[in-house]
Amino acid sequence: MIEFHLNGRSGVAPYLQLIHQVRHALRLGLLREGDQLPKVKDVAAGLAINPNTVLKAYRELEYEGLAAARPGVGTFVTGTLGGGSLAAHGPLRRDLQRWLARARRAGLDDESIEALFVSTFRSAAEEGIA
Amino acid sequence: MTAVIETEGLGKRYRRLWALSDCTLSIPAGFVVGLVGPNGAGKTTLLNLATGMLAPTAGTIEVLGGRPAAGPAQLARVGYLAQHAPVYAGLSVADHLRLGAHLNPGWDAETARSRIERLDLSLGQKAGTLSGGQCAQLALTLAVAKRPEVLILDEPVSSLDPLARREFLQDLMEAVAEDGLSVVLSSHLISDLERVCDYLIVLVASRVLVAGPVEELLATHHLLSGPRRDPATLPAGQHVISASHTDRQTTLLVRTSDEILDPAWTAAEVGLEDLVLAYMNQAAGRGRHNHHLEVRT
Repeated sequence: MIEFHLNGRSGVAPYLQLIHQVRHALRLGLLREGDQLPKVKDVAAGLAINPNTVLKAYRELEYEGLAAARPGVGTFVTGTLGGGSLAAHGPLRRDLQRWLARARRAGLDDESIEALFVSTFRSAAEEGIA
Repeated sequence: MTAVIETEGLGKRYRRLWALSDCTLSIPAGFVVGLVGPNGAGKTTLLNLATGMLAPTAGTIEVLGGRPAAGPAQLARVGYLAQHAPVYAGLSVADHLRLGAHLNPGWDAETARSRIERLDLSLGQKAGTLSGGQCAQLALTLAVAKRPEVLILDEPVSSLDPLARREFLQDLMEAVAEDGLSVVLSSHLISDLERVCDYLIVLVASRVLVAGPVEELLATHHLLSGPRRDPATLPAGQHVISASHTDRQTTLLVRTSDEILDPAWTAAEVGLEDLVLAYMNQAAGRGRHNHHLEVRT
């Protein structure tokens, strides 16, 4: 079971924050297929948020095929995100670390590295490479 | 589905002063409605009209399809928590529960008992010795245990410290999740409303300025910034809520159901707090801020 948290100052809609947290947990393997998501009532009471917000997040996850509601029981994880690729994380992270080291040697600061990564990522995504 | 609160041209006058005027609303069931506005805007008047403690001077109001306080059946469907969570100082927690059971035909003793247990209130304690947060939670327990279809709360958290406020709202949201009841609550703490409300009514100077589902309000309001421009030249469907100008730049908050197509604008989403403040400013500053709206070219 995961526990949700809410950043009131982030400007991101609460239901999106819940969705991001589920997706994040799926990516990192903290949530697996078959796991139950926290009950709507418990999330509403725990975070002092409108239950409709939680329902909306869960519906969206269902729509994405990541979760399914079992009436009277709760909502369960039915999909995975990059589940099979978890093993590849290690080598990819090492590649990225080497790349970061090169970027620093070339004199890029944190902000420039981030900007370069994000702009490359975006243009690659737009060209359908990623 | 029957509206929770439906008003048509509703108004209330105290002697020569209109506390609420020309209020037309239709709030669907199943929402947690936030009623916001500065002090003296008419929030309490509207809530008192909904509970039947006040009679309208003009127009009509229906709550769950019935006239407020029309009879025992109508009273049983509406829960009401007045400002400052009034409890009887000389009565114990147990006395309050007995009173609740005695006065409410639909009283749910099991809910009341389990809530009191969870809140860690001792039954023998006099209400006068409870903390502000505990008083509020005792009052909420009484309001929830009568099993209303709609719960009306007047500034339920404004006098509570941040921790008690959060606990109260957690408690309220749990009740909403369990019973699916509709809630109408007034507050001027927008940050609290942002978490719990999915419907908003902005009431300023006795008038409703905007009302609707939060999601819809956020989707139809945009913060536009671009080269300096006279707001009067905007397309017909765009209503300016607030405008500010520097010698080169214009920033507008507009309401529109159309897409923003003008490439000169950079459009950004607007948060609930900024949206509410813009409406309040607009009402407060009519005339005072007019010189801001002039465009010097």
